Amino acid sequence: MTVMLYATTAATLFALGLYAVLVRTGLIHRLLAANVMATAVFLFLILVSAENPEGVDAIPQAMVLTGIVIAVSLTAFALALLRYLQAADDEEDQTGSQDGRQNGPD
Amino acid sequence: MGLTELSILLPVLMVFGPLLLALLVFLAQWQRSADWLGMGLGLILLALLTPFSGAVLLEGPLEMQLGGHDRGLAIPFYVDGLTLAMLWLNTLLFLFIQVYAGAWLQLKQPAPAAEFRPLFLLLWSGLNALFLSGDLFNLYVTLEITTLAAVPLVILSHGHAAMAAAMRYLLFALVGSIIFLLGVALVYAQAGLLSLPLLQEQAEPHPALTVALLAMTAGVAMKAALFPVHAWLPEAHASAPSPASALLSALVAKAAAYLILRLWMGPLEAQWTPAMAQLMGALGAAGIIYASIQALRQTRLKRVIAYSTVAQLGYLLLLIPMASVLAWNGVIYHALTHGLAKAALFLAAGNLIMVLRDDSLRNLAGCDRVLSKNILVIGLAGVAIAGLPPTGGFIAKWWLISAALESGQWWWAVVIGLGGLLAAAYIFRILSYAFFSPDPHQETPIHQAQGQLTRALVWPPVILAFLAIALGMAGGLLAPFLEIAAPVTGAQA
Repeated sequence: MTVMLYATTAATLFALGLYAVLVRTGLIHRLLAANVMATAVFLFLILVSAENPEGVDAIPQAMVLTGIVIAVSLTAFALALLRYLQAADDEEDQTGSQDGRQNGPD
Repeated sequence: MGLTELSILLPVLMVFGPLLLALLVFLAQWQRSADWLGMGLGLILLALLTPFSGAVLLEGPLEMQLGGHDRGLAIPFYVDGLTLAMLWLNTLLFLFIQVYAGAWLQLKQPAPAAEFRPLFLLLWSGLNALFLSGDLFNLYVTLEITTLAAVPLVILSHGHAAMAAAMRYLLFALVGSIIFLLGVALVYAQAGLLSLPLLQEQAEPHPALTVALLAMTAGVAMKAALFPVHAWLPEAHASAPSPASALLSALVAKAAAYLILRLWMGPLEAQWTPAMAQLMGALGAAGIIYASIQALRQTRLKRVIAYSTVAQLGYLLLLIPMASVLAWNGVIYHALTHGLAKAALFLAAGNLIMVLRDDSLRNLAGCDRVLSKNILVIGLAGVAIAGLPPTGGFIAKWWLISAALESGQWWWAVVIGLGGLLAAAYIFRILSYAFFSPDPHQETPIHQAQGQLTRALVWPPVILAFLAIALGMAGGLLAPFLEIAAPVTGAQA
């Protein structure tokens, strides 16, 4: 019974996150939605670990730990990038220049 | 040194050499000495790869457990013909791009040197680890390492366009990696295994594993920019600094596509039906046609080359419906030729931009006279991508078309032929701008500016383009290497 509850929660969270990633346009929204999806996968892995007939399985737990580290670093990087992007947008608004391509390709 | 020691030393050196160097360069803020160290490392790896390839050919696929744990628990490395081919491509490209990037960073003002070099080395390490990994979870981790090194490389161009493109790339990569991890979790929940060789031996057909395969494929496809989830690639690859564009197009996107082939051929091959294989092939074919037509419509050089990458990655998927030794060799050969030629194209484009300050196709007018070596590279590499004889692309397409006809699936042969024609069209379109437009540069600064291109900038793309052509004469020599432990059946090439 509890297994079903956890599994359904994980599936619902994953679906909600995926829906928001596809439908929302705001970058922060999409980033948060991706994190919700990641949480759903972690929940599923913990469930796999707990449901091992020979006692708690350590491998999925190790996977979740590594996964959290990766998700946090990617999110932090994305947030930093978002701030730079925002600053660049503001600068463009202030100067009112139409020339967004002053920095051509390299 | 015996072959056994070598086969342990080389994979470890390939992962940890660039990684330690990246840390050193970042902490000590070395600049020029980092280039020399990187080139030295590249040469050492290249020298060791030759006997290593021979050892793998003689002794069969190499399976190695780091840390000496049991099978299934440790961090396993797995080397077969496909891995070997990708390691060669990786080492060659990083060596040549290292030479180019060192000179490029010296000329570029302002140069993002302090950021570029550690990221470059980290990407090298991550890609080597990805190609060597024989375990689903390690593949997930190495995919993330390559993403975290590749996305910042795009931002180094500065400018709003580059940052917006990088953000889009990052979001695709982030969602893709979570979907991939879901697939990995499903495999572990069902089979209790993560090691690819063990999965190949033990996995029984099961619907959960099919779902897992589809989830992993969808996740990786977002990173490989396979049609229809390719939208982020052209802008990101076109706005990255040129040495980085070369790495991203020739290796990073291909590494993700490599992973799809790795999963479908071998570990999870019992999990898919012929109809699913046809669908994968159809996605590849749609990508070839659609992206080639898009490449024909671009007005900027780097965007043409970037769309060409989306098209060329589509060919790799054609292995799945054909699944024969001929197709296996053809697809690996295609990956090798495309890697060399695409890196050459982006490096040459970087040179042109350095002089012309802009990569509009219209600006290329008259460049055949003043920047002739760079235009030559575009011609040679383009011919290799289009697959005219005697290039590597020709051998690849020959094998692929033979495989298609052999398996009675003539429709793939049509797609391959059409893709070659379209590729020739978009390459010759670039050349026609360079050759047949009136020269507006009679007295313009371009004549003086071309003097600043040093030999280290001009020659790496030329050599890479010639290598892409020389591959066409080495088909018979290399085929036995590609076939090492090929997880497909059928006649040998």
